[in-house]
Amino acid sequence: MNFSEVFKQSNQLCKVSPDGKYLATCVQYRLVVRDMSTLQILQLYTCLDQISHMDWSSDSLFILCAMYKRGLVQVWSLEQPDWHCKIDEGSIGLLSSRWSPDGRHILNTTEFHLRITVWSLCTKAVSYIKYPKACQKGIDFSRDGCYMALAERRDCKDYVSVFVCDDWHLLRHFETETQDLGGLEWSPNGCVLAVWDSCLEYKVLLYSLDGRLLSTYSAYEWSLGVKTVTWSPSSQFLAIGSYDEKVRVLNHITWKKITQFEHPATINNTKAVVYKEVERRPAVGADDLSLHNITIGTTLFNTQSKYEICPPPVQIPVVKPDPDRANPKIGVSTLAFSSDSRYLATKNDNMASVVWVWDMQNMSLEAVLEQCSAVRCFQWDPRRPRLALCTGNSKLYLWSPAGCVSVEVPTEGGFQVQSLNWHCSGDSLILLVSKYHLLGTKCVQKHYFKTL
Amino acid sequence: MPESSLDKDICSSSECRTPPLRQFSQSSLPLHRKSYMLSTFCTEQNVQECQSHINQEVSSLGLQPVWTESGSSSEMNVVAVLNCMYDLIQMHRRGLRSLENMEVEQLKSSGNVDYLQLTSTRLKEQLELSKRENTGLLERERQLQLKVKSLQNCLKNEKEEVQKLQNIIASRASQYNHEMKRKEREFNKLKERLNQLLIDKKEKKQAIDVLNNIGRADGKRSLWKTEKTEAKHEAEMYKALLSDYDTRQRELLLENAELNKVLQQMKKDMVSILSSKKPILKGDKYQDDGAQADSEDEEEVFDSSKESVELYCVHAREKLTNSIRLQWRRLKSHVERLDSQASLAQMGGSRNNDAVSQETHKEEMDRLKLEIQQCKDFIQTQQQLLQQQLSSPCDEETASLLSDCYMLQEKERLGDEWKTLEEQRTIFERERRNFTEAAIRLSHERKAFEEDRATWLKHQFLNLSPFPDSKKPPMSKSKSAFLISETKASATSAPEKLIRCPSGTNLPTPGCVPHTSSTADLYRTLCLIPENGATKPKRKSDHAEESGVFFNGKAPVRHKQWNDSEEHSSHTKEQNSSI
Repeated sequence: MNFSEVFKQSNQLCKVSPDGKYLATCVQYRLVVRDMSTLQILQLYTCLDQISHMDWSSDSLFILCAMYKRGLVQVWSLEQPDWHCKIDEGSIGLLSSRWSPDGRHILNTTEFHLRITVWSLCTKAVSYIKYPKACQKGIDFSRDGCYMALAERRDCKDYVSVFVCDDWHLLRHFETETQDLGGLEWSPNGCVLAVWDSCLEYKVLLYSLDGRLLSTYSAYEWSLGVKTVTWSPSSQFLAIGSYDEKVRVLNHITWKKITQFEHPATINNTKAVVYKEVERRPAVGADDLSLHNITIGTTLFNTQSKYEICPPPVQIPVVKPDPDRANPKIGVSTLAFSSDSRYLATKNDNMASVVWVWDMQNMSLEAVLEQCSAVRCFQWDPRRPRLALCTGNSKLYLWSPAGCVSVEVPTEGGFQVQSLNWHCSGDSLILLVSKYHLLGTKCVQKHYFKTL
Repeated sequence: MPESSLDKDICSSSECRTPPLRQFSQSSLPLHRKSYMLSTFCTEQNVQECQSHINQEVSSLGLQPVWTESGSSSEMNVVAVLNCMYDLIQMHRRGLRSLENMEVEQLKSSGNVDYLQLTSTRLKEQLELSKRENTGLLERERQLQLKVKSLQNCLKNEKEEVQKLQNIIASRASQYNHEMKRKEREFNKLKERLNQLLIDKKEKKQAIDVLNNIGRADGKRSLWKTEKTEAKHEAEMYKALLSDYDTRQRELLLENAELNKVLQQMKKDMVSILSSKKPILKGDKYQDDGAQADSEDEEEVFDSSKESVELYCVHAREKLTNSIRLQWRRLKSHVERLDSQASLAQMGGSRNNDAVSQETHKEEMDRLKLEIQQCKDFIQTQQQLLQQQLSSPCDEETASLLSDCYMLQEKERLGDEWKTLEEQRTIFERERRNFTEAAIRLSHERKAFEEDRATWLKHQFLNLSPFPDSKKPPMSKSKSAFLISETKASATSAPEKLIRCPSGTNLPTPGCVPHTSSTADLYRTLCLIPENGATKPKRKSDHAEESGVFFNGKAPVRHKQWNDSEEHSSHTKEQNSSI
């Protein structure tokens, strides 16, 4: 595993272009584009203010930089460095900005979700979409980029509008049977739209592309419901994580529950492998613990860790959430299918230090990774069944069906890995370390597996 | 308790004993009295009366009268009297015996009575206890019932509470929803207002500033929105949906076809199983359901199998599933029947079945034997092949491996041999020790014998000499001195002593030889063994011959050998120590 040097970044803005050739990072008000293979700077753009959002167009030709405070969006071209485009939303304000799938339109959501402005870079045309709903995930493009589903709220009722992205033609507009729509997501094949209610009610609705209601699913009532919904890449499964610490998996034919994955505090499953991270701190004398040493020495925090396989039953640390607070830290909040739809990784919020990996072929628990600290982020390799995760320390953890490994990230000054991103080839990982620094790592798969 | 019962027993027995005694005394009292008053009972005067009285008494006892009064003469019939007396004695004895028996019985019964009384008291206690328990339980039950009642009340209260809370929640929810809606409306109104204001203001600020327009990603020009495009979009959407449904249907068809195949296979198997079973169980089957039904079934099966060509036809599918269901039911019933038969056979164990089973057993056995033979052959061929492979150096690795294996085997065998050798060695050692001990004992005995001989010779010699008495003291002195030195020497080394003692005593000691010379000689023999080596074995053999008196046959020769070996061993020991 090779690590690159550390690059500066701000606001955790660092993205690889969709074609995997370039790496764009934002440092204050500058946008830096590097070549992915050599990490040499290709282009350097200067924006009008500190960049709060940055995104690549789907054809990797343009980069969008949004400055929400100023209500400004600037677009840069890679091919023509002197080409520029500036969109000013004016006094209405800017909340979020995104590319349309064709990479020629920019959708800006104004403040208070007043409307969505669609700017065309081809014709300079502007169009408005009124009544967008402020919710968890109110807008979603189908994977082929043909359709956009938008959640709307009019007269205290929820609607979904389906637009053709080509010319922003409103294809369908229908009312949904939700109390308070929480989010929507297209199936990867673009034919089914999953719509779910807010957490107050457990309700998942499945609509066909033409607006027909295919099915309704509700697991229980009177309790906090859906927390997150994810499609499998094969469109075969719809996984629903909820506040009752369970994941329910629906099938794509009858839209009924196939199975349900529970997250018990004690694992008795003998087939699952439980990896427990064990930290070994270097011995520190009492005099080493003085303030002086702590402030200076970073070696004090350099602990080594390794995984141990625990035989069942295994007790998992559980944090009891405060019932009086809103959005209690309980339930399955993160779901991720591996690229081959074979595995599902989940995280239960009241067991923040544990990642569960489920086998979707046998519908059973495959592995449990118990970390020493809370898991910040995990992501599947886009090519192989390989899971990378970080827990906000100086280590990177990788799981694959063959085993589990922790890698010490060679940083100076005890930087902590906050989040990570796979390169689309699955050969390298972008690690975002704290203190506004960025570190790209390159790990060659073959080498990694040989050493395992 | 036991003591009191014992007392009771005793007193009761005494009580029991008294009545028969009294009876006896009562019955015997007149007799006694009469015997006591025999002097007065029968006098010269009242012989007649006495006779008649006794006669009466005897007759009343059912015995022959003592005498007949036919004869006027009061001559006593002695024989009759004796008989009578004998009978009386017999009766008496019998009476006593029965008395004893009765006493024993009485004792027994009294014991029984005691035991029964004891048990009855115990049972009474138990009854009391259980009564008490019962009341306790009743009390507890009452309490529990009370508790249940209170709990039920609690439950009712709780339920009411829950209902109340639910109502509250529902009302709150509706209130909240209402509020939400109101707020949302207000919010929407505000939004509208804001929107209006923004539009009214005609803000110039909201703008796009592009250097030059860029082309579409697909390179086409954008089209005007017309009804045509709308229709096109619809068409595209439906196309997408259709293609999705198409792929899904294809998948389902594939799956369906596979499942159908499985079903067909299953059906075929079932039919074959049932048809093979039919001839055996025909009798049963005809009894169970008529022949007609059977033939019908068969026809149906046949039909369905014919129609299986048109797989996806609804009609055919129904038929297929129906026939499968039918077959399945039949198979199930068949299996059940078989089960019941098996259980019956197990329970009844009729001989016919046994005979059949034996036959089948035999067949099975034969078959298994054949199989075993085949397996053996197979193994043999395998071995041969293996050996061939071994003989031909096919692979270096395997060869080395095999050689390693052989080496290991060899090593193991060697180790085993080594172990056995070790064991043998230890055994030999033990035996040798035993023999050395025996030799020591023997040498001691020989020494004693030698001494005896020496003294005898000395005596002889002294008797022959002109001064038989004068030489005696030095001789004894020398001997004692020699003994002391010998013990000293023995203290130094035990094995040497073995050789020395006999040699020392064996010295031809004429009385004139002074003791110093004898010790010197001894030392010479001791230290200069190699010098006198030629003489020594001879002497030894002499000893052996001498000691042969004690042994018989070959023992002396062996003894000598041992001595030799021991000597040798001692030498080696010394060498070892020096080394």
